[in-house]
Amino acid sequence: MVNRIVVGAHYGLRDWLLQRVTAVIMLIYTVMLAVFLLIMPSGYDSWRTLFSHTWVQVLTQITILALLMHAWVGVRDIWMDYVKPVGVRLALHVFTLVWLLSCFVYSITVVWGS
Amino acid sequence: MLKQRPKHLDLAKIRLPLPGIVSILHRVSGAALFLSLPVLIYLLHGSLSSAESFESYRALIANPLAKLVLLGLLWAYLHHACAGTRFLFLDIHKGVDLPTARATARIVLIVSLALTLILGVALW
Repeated sequence: MVNRIVVGAHYGLRDWLLQRVTAVIMLIYTVMLAVFLLIMPSGYDSWRTLFSHTWVQVLTQITILALLMHAWVGVRDIWMDYVKPVGVRLALHVFTLVWLLSCFVYSITVVWGS
Repeated sequence: MLKQRPKHLDLAKIRLPLPGIVSILHRVSGAALFLSLPVLIYLLHGSLSSAESFESYRALIANPLAKLVLLGLLWAYLHHACAGTRFLFLDIHKGVDLPTARATARIVLIVSLALTLILGVALW
């Protein structure tokens, strides 16, 4: 048994995988929504009826959650690539988290409010 | 052995290859979508609101400038999705050789622009 001294934060692979899994969830949702929009009659009533089904609301909320996790990894990558000063980077990370959490709370009221 | 490599540092001649353009546009469109997330949720909000506020919301969307912004966001979403699908295939080592990678990069650019055009014309 080789005792390796492993260093690092270890969130790299987890986040990499998270970004891809959430991407697949969003792709499936997009294709499903596109198919529904093509087969159902267009207009306010059918659109609203679609989003009154609990399973549509659940899938929508899950996909929005996936989107926010996906965006967190992606936007954090952008900051890490271009912003080197630690203080500025920390501020941008905090901004990103607050921004995404605010969007999540707003999305709950929209998806479940009607 | 020291190889005599061709030096090509003429900045006016160096061009980002097509896969590179797709890649940076993937990042740009992702950042744009991140910043317009509240707008996108607001759009869903407006489309699901009551019939009266739905009409006032529709009047707001009817503004040509608003339509142009929405068209830009539509392209950002479609490009990000198409390029992202290409990256998923690259991750599982499909299409990594240069000719295929260049061809799929071209397809991503064309398909996302064509879909934006078709949906844009249909929705305008």
